[in-house]
Amino acid sequence: MTSEAGACPLVGGASLCACARGLAHGGGAGAGWPFAEPPLLLTGACRCPVRPGTARSGAEQSGARLGGPARAAAMGSRASTLLRDEEIEEIKKETGFSHSQITRLYSRFTSLDKGENGTLSREDFQRIPELAINPLGDRIINAFFPEGEDQVNFRGFMRTLAHFRPIEDNEKSKDQNGPEPLNSRSNKLHFAFRLYDLDKDDKISRDELLQVLRMMVGVNISDEQLGSIADRTIQEADQDGDSAISFAEFVKVLEKVDVEQKMSIRFLH
Amino acid sequence: MFLLLPFDSLVVNLLGISLTVLFTLLLVFIIVPAIFGVSFGIRKVYMKTLLKIFQWATLRIERGAKEKNHPLYKPYVNGIIAKEPTSLEEEIKEIRRSGSGKALDTPEFELSDIFYFCRKGIETIMDDEVTKRFSAEELESWNLLSRTNYNFQYISLRLTVLWGLGMLIRYCFLLPLRIALAFTGISLLVTGTTVVGYLPNGRCKEFLSKHVHLMCYRICVRALTAIITYHDRENRPRNGGICVANHTSPIDVIILASDGYYAMVGQIHGGLMGVIQRAMVKACPHVWFERSEVRDRHLVAKRCDRLTEHVQDKSKLPILIFPEGTCINNTSVMMFKKGSFEIGATVYPVAIKYDPQFGDAFWNSSKYGMVTYLLRMMTSWAIVCSVWYLPPMTRQPEEDAVQFANRVKSAIARQGGLVDLLWDGGLKREKVKDTFKEEQQKLYSKMIVGNHEDRSRS
Repeated sequence: MTSEAGACPLVGGASLCACARGLAHGGGAGAGWPFAEPPLLLTGACRCPVRPGTARSGAEQSGARLGGPARAAAMGSRASTLLRDEEIEEIKKETGFSHSQITRLYSRFTSLDKGENGTLSREDFQRIPELAINPLGDRIINAFFPEGEDQVNFRGFMRTLAHFRPIEDNEKSKDQNGPEPLNSRSNKLHFAFRLYDLDKDDKISRDELLQVLRMMVGVNISDEQLGSIADRTIQEADQDGDSAISFAEFVKVLEKVDVEQKMSIRFLH
Repeated sequence: MFLLLPFDSLVVNLLGISLTVLFTLLLVFIIVPAIFGVSFGIRKVYMKTLLKIFQWATLRIERGAKEKNHPLYKPYVNGIIAKEPTSLEEEIKEIRRSGSGKALDTPEFELSDIFYFCRKGIETIMDDEVTKRFSAEELESWNLLSRTNYNFQYISLRLTVLWGLGMLIRYCFLLPLRIALAFTGISLLVTGTTVVGYLPNGRCKEFLSKHVHLMCYRICVRALTAIITYHDRENRPRNGGICVANHTSPIDVIILASDGYYAMVGQIHGGLMGVIQRAMVKACPHVWFERSEVRDRHLVAKRCDRLTEHVQDKSKLPILIFPEGTCINNTSVMMFKKGSFEIGATVYPVAIKYDPQFGDAFWNSSKYGMVTYLLRMMTSWAIVCSVWYLPPMTRQPEEDAVQFANRVKSAIARQGGLVDLLWDGGLKREKVKDTFKEEQQKLYSKMIVGNHEDRSRS
């Protein structure tokens, strides 16, 4: 078995199993195989007995290193310290969430990740009943996945959720030197715009508006009525006469709406 | 014995003596009290000692975290984000109000309506009410079991030693003891009920059956080191009634049945469980359904009939039912299935609340099989729980079965300090029904076009 970066030494296949993530990560204290004895419980399909959480947290911290039985017995735990401090700092810088918020959301991410491979698929999201009954549930789930991909990792997850961080007072007065924060008013509006813009051409056409409206109302309104609603909306918003709503026109229509409050989710702690 | 080498006989003798001593102790301190239903109070002392140790461990972890200047991760059971309990209508009206000064009485569509669905969706992605009920509850402070540890890095040497000692005690002393007790309990149950089954029907048979059942369940309770506190025992279920309780694990049955004599309802399993079930039904009129009957919806009526006829005979034992239909993690009570509430008998609600600090009793059946689960139970410190017997309830004339079921569920949730949810426990394995989404869509369409809905399929 060749141990190329990214290949699991147990299985040797191309699929990046959870342990291999540690190997691929490389740098810092997190060597993928921090303990002396090889894992003992091989059970066929790559079910790595050493969950990445216990491996990393056991090895990297200066506290006591727990041995084999602890790891095997820790199968059920969702260690919140799977993330290394450097990663948490990077995410903090990019999204603005605090340390404890990131750890809590990571705990949430791992609990949604039923496949335990460090990424979420669309099915993982659809397993949330309250999201499945949301009329725009599918569009929201789509917003997490970049173009053409079927899996989202924790960074991508946080990047999308960062749009909903409340705008704090000290941020409003910050100068515009750095890149625009993900939770700015403009970015929040852009998120909502992307929910309407099905083909991602930066315009909401009549068809797209109709499709989204149909998702929101189900079978309760006829085609004609819905069509007239869509026409009226586009007429009111359209300023350059192309029968579609561009992002600038979208922003203009919503200029008075309290976007900061309506598209923000406050953490309790 | 004399075939062995001479120096082995000493070892064998010692082994023999220690085993005899162990068994005598077992008999005197555990089995005999179980037969008579008395207790020496050893388990309560054990529990108090454990609590003190846990408090000390928490202090050390907190101290360790402070030294490293890191915020300590504490799981919050009540959710991590603020959710406003406003309805769809109110929220959308508020969004529109802030957007334009137009009259709000006319139903119409605004581009800003999408904010409501968007935010609600993201809120549920961050923290929803349902999925977290199907996995074990996170503890606020560590209980020296590696399975519940979230703060590996703050463990000092002393704590590790303590943890190691704890593991030694649990696996090498408590586990064999518990397995021996469980074995005794189950075999006594099977043989006892089979023997009693041969007796002719009558008062003697009932008396013996009741006491065999009680004795064996009490032994099983001690096999799990379950420390149970019963409240309001005067409300205990009587003959001809139905006892309903919230369901966390198969152990619920043992806990309730060691304090009362119930007829059980359930599915017949294969293997050891099946043997136990078949033996039990010889001595006592339990109601076991075949697996095929449970799946087939058309036979629901047949099942209800069997239950009804059991209940209508006032001399028959109270039936024990878990209307949730599946194991929930003991932080909430989920929808009660209405079947048992349609029968028309008196319902005796029972609330069971486990203290997860000594051992989490929740059975995550998608993660662990029965044997793994039992092993986990037997290697925890103890199973500590409180059982409240609530006053009996009957269906009022103006309410239907679903409303009655919800009323009982609220009473149980209130008493046990659990969250009362309307969601179906079946969502553990199944997808949510489309009708809920359709309700949301209907509500929203009212906001766009008003009350004269135009129902035509696109």
